[in-house]
Amino acid sequence: MILAVASGKGGTGKTTVAVNLARVFGSGVQLLDCDVEEPNSHLFLEGELLDEEIVSIPVPQVDEPLCDGCSECGRFCQYHAIVSFGTVPLVFPAMCHGCGGCAKVCPRKAIHEVDWRIGVVETVRAGEITLIQGRLDVGMAMAPPLVRAVKARLRNGVPAILDAPPGTSCPVITTLRGTDFVLLVTEPTPFGLHDLKLAVAMVREIAIPFGVVVNRVGIGDGRAHAFCREENIPILLEIPDDRRIAEVYSRGSLIVEALPEYRGLFESLIEKTMMPKNFERV
Amino acid sequence: MKIAFTTSGDNLDAPLDSRFGRAPKFLIYDSDANTFAVIDNQQSLNAAQGAGIQSAETVARSGAESLVTGHCGPKAFRVLHAAGIKIFNSDAPTVAAALEQYRAGLLAEANSADVEGHWA
Repeated sequence: MILAVASGKGGTGKTTVAVNLARVFGSGVQLLDCDVEEPNSHLFLEGELLDEEIVSIPVPQVDEPLCDGCSECGRFCQYHAIVSFGTVPLVFPAMCHGCGGCAKVCPRKAIHEVDWRIGVVETVRAGEITLIQGRLDVGMAMAPPLVRAVKARLRNGVPAILDAPPGTSCPVITTLRGTDFVLLVTEPTPFGLHDLKLAVAMVREIAIPFGVVVNRVGIGDGRAHAFCREENIPILLEIPDDRRIAEVYSRGSLIVEALPEYRGLFESLIEKTMMPKNFERV
Repeated sequence: MKIAFTTSGDNLDAPLDSRFGRAPKFLIYDSDANTFAVIDNQQSLNAAQGAGIQSAETVARSGAESLVTGHCGPKAFRVLHAAGIKIFNSDAPTVAAALEQYRAGLLAEANSADVEGHWA
């Protein structure tokens, strides 16, 4: 069972929900921090680093003596990663999506692929939780290949919770693809609702069952709740606007440990998301 | 010879655009024939990434040997340089004024990008 925690607006409480769910899970669970541009789940979990692996993507390298400047490579590339004007091609590794197409279309077989480092994947054992997180190198613009490397470490048959990046763009969609259920975390404010609508449209587009978690209930207004009612979207958890939660979070502690009265909320959320047949089918 | 100018308009009185990669159009002036053509650069305006590279490819394909623009970023510079196109930075208000500066030899050829990319 692979559960993803996403949101529209950032800062609504994805990581809060993901790490606390992982902690109350009980038996072994994998927590994947797919927000590779700024992984922060590790702030709440103490453990030992088991493994660190460098992740690279294949980018073209041109063997200049073999190249005759035909520019087929440049014509093929959709991403302007390789460019030629009857000259030896220029390669822009940061634009490359690693499709290998330029190498295939080159009539002189003058292009081969070399590894270009984009970041690392770290595996940490924190009690019952195995945390797997990606860290994109500073200066790298493309997150999805690293997100895929993190997800490649999902072990079959082991339950997993994926902490997604905020928003609705490529890194988020790469994270959500192939998961069984998505929790969309929102706050009941106009900004929260605006971005929740975008996130709902995105999750419907990729056709994964989903439900909503409303965090900081008590602030803002009732329009997020009304929206979910109108759209027949189940609200699976409501977290009140409790200042103590913010205090616990800012210390890097887990709600379910520091404020045990909240354990039940997270336990019931696990029960609900293990029975997806009850929820909206897209 | 052909000289490319970044612009948002359709003739020599149009403003010179300060950007290269996201310039809405290029005015390609033929100094031998004293004529010009305007190329649309909408695709680069709307591109998420690689606008500089795409714009440089467009200018290279136009046959221009020189480019006059407000600013030019690193990726664009690399492509233009590889294509053998000379780059001149100008803060003239219109294409016509920039052309005057160019003809009077007032513009120095750029040997590097003069701004960072927008994603840096």
